[in-house]
Amino acid sequence: MNKKDLLNLIDITVSFEGFLALNKLNLNLKKGELRAVIGPNGAGKTTFLDVITGKVKPTKGEVIFKGKSLVGRKEYKIARLGVGRKFQSPRIFENLTVKENLEISVTTPKSPLNLIKKSIKDEQLNEIERLMKIVNLVQKVDSKAGSLSHGQKQWLEIAMLVGQKPDLMLVDEPVAGLTDEETDLTADLLKSLSGQNTVVVIDHDMEFIRRLDSNVSVLNQGTVLCEGTMETIQKDKKVIDVYLGRPED
Amino acid sequence: MSLSKIKFDKKIVLSFWIILIALIIAAPTILPVFRLNLLGRYLSLSIVALGVDLIWGYTGLLSLGQGIFFALGGYCAAMYLQITSSSEFPNNIPEFFALYGVEKLPFFWEPFRSPVFTFFAIWIIPALVAGLIGFLVFRNRIKGVYFSILTQASLLVFFNFFNGQQKLINGTNGLKTDVTQLFGQMVGSESMQRMFFWITAILVIAAWFFAKWVVKGRFGNILIGIRDDEPRVRFTGYNPVIFKTIIFSIAGGLAGISGALYTVQSGIVSPQFMTVPFSIEMVIWVAVGGRGTLLGAILGAVFINYAKSLVSEALPASWMFIQGGLFILVVTALPEGVLGWIQGDGPRNILQRFGLKRKIETYPSLEVNNKEGGNE
Repeated sequence: MNKKDLLNLIDITVSFEGFLALNKLNLNLKKGELRAVIGPNGAGKTTFLDVITGKVKPTKGEVIFKGKSLVGRKEYKIARLGVGRKFQSPRIFENLTVKENLEISVTTPKSPLNLIKKSIKDEQLNEIERLMKIVNLVQKVDSKAGSLSHGQKQWLEIAMLVGQKPDLMLVDEPVAGLTDEETDLTADLLKSLSGQNTVVVIDHDMEFIRRLDSNVSVLNQGTVLCEGTMETIQKDKKVIDVYLGRPED
Repeated sequence: MSLSKIKFDKKIVLSFWIILIALIIAAPTILPVFRLNLLGRYLSLSIVALGVDLIWGYTGLLSLGQGIFFALGGYCAAMYLQITSSSEFPNNIPEFFALYGVEKLPFFWEPFRSPVFTFFAIWIIPALVAGLIGFLVFRNRIKGVYFSILTQASLLVFFNFFNGQQKLINGTNGLKTDVTQLFGQMVGSESMQRMFFWITAILVIAAWFFAKWVVKGRFGNILIGIRDDEPRVRFTGYNPVIFKTIIFSIAGGLAGISGALYTVQSGIVSPQFMTVPFSIEMVIWVAVGGRGTLLGAILGAVFINYAKSLVSEALPASWMFIQGGLFILVVTALPEGVLGWIQGDGPRNILQRFGLKRKIETYPSLEVNNKEGGNE
């Protein structure tokens, strides 16, 4: 364990009635790092996020975030500690407007009393303005989020994630269903976020991952098969066997 | 579900309020006492309906047990009235105790000698009970249909308890209030009933504004968020348990006020307030009026109950069929309720069908889409 690490997953095992979704998974993230996680279906990518965010309790192992253990903590407490998550399919509040969605994410403290007594702070309104500019949703400010296109919904959710100001952003398939152009923009956006924020991106899209230009962890059967730059892992024999496939396939 | 609101002109809103207030003031002179009393009772039911709309329409919690809190409010009011009017009875305790040979007032009746305590108890006790039940249920992440079943089961528990406790609260016979005294006047008297009508009308308006205030802004948006996607709310850093407990408790408090007003205007509170059909009817009022509209809950409660009494007078025993039909109609044809339909595209669609209004030529958001079609 390094002091510069933001997150350490130590020997995480998750067993669903005997089936090992994660098997002694070890992963360390440095502050400000951008990390891509790939792996075939069923490799445990989403379970890995579920463990960090508190949705799934690991059968064995430890999750250390900013020096604190996350195991057994409630989801909303983990979120308040600074772990934000973007879901695979866009999970936004479709009956609220774009602005209201962002208000929910930037509001602090997130207590009922604060919400009912005080109106939103000016700096939070400015933050909402800024976020809407980044993701090109300024014209949609008062539209219902449900009326947005798929790409705009993905972006709104990314904006909501950023608005939460998490130290660790977990992004699950952010480019699923996006056009090539939108995919490129998303990659640039995520790259620009790293540095200040630590970002974990899970995806299948190899072009997208390559564009992220980051370290890649390959998951297979619930454990980390290989870690390194895109070039390294593309040459790794194990990775080729399980995931990338041999040329003749 | 469309939550779009029609924007009314300020003048229209002002004249609406003037007419409404004039009607409320004039109602006791226009309506015969019998009708006035019915209207007052149905108005008081609209307060419990507002609570149902808050928890179901906004937060997605379908409670089939609001009768518990409604009855608790009613019992609080009735206990106060009974105990303050018991001076001429043996042992200075309410008359019914003598039937069961009870000579000493049960301890929990004592605080109800105080009008101040009663004033607060009417809404705080139901709110606390709701908060407690809610917290235990929500903490264990019981939701959806299981929540509904659990609330109905709690309702039955309360019903059976109140029904069986003759020596404590007169069991199945309930507590009569119409022959009790309040401020030296008979509660069932005409002048008192007129007063209760006005109090009810004011409280309905107050409850409406209160509910509007609760759902306005970010607090209300979190409630909608919980209804639509609770895990997302949790991962954003909010604790849904607290929000749900608060709103369930508010709905409980509203139900208590509603129950107290209903009790003094119908002259009795009994375990019949906690029967299963009555609590389901509360949900029907809101469903028919329009979920998530607040005003729909008020209108639904008043109009359905008025229709019920008119139909029952004309064609006894046919009401249940009409009510069932109404519910089926709303579920299949008007899922957003009557008010939701009016506020949505309903009237325009009808007018278009008959050629009375031109169709909108382009989809409203198309213009905006074109501007950023290129995704610059």
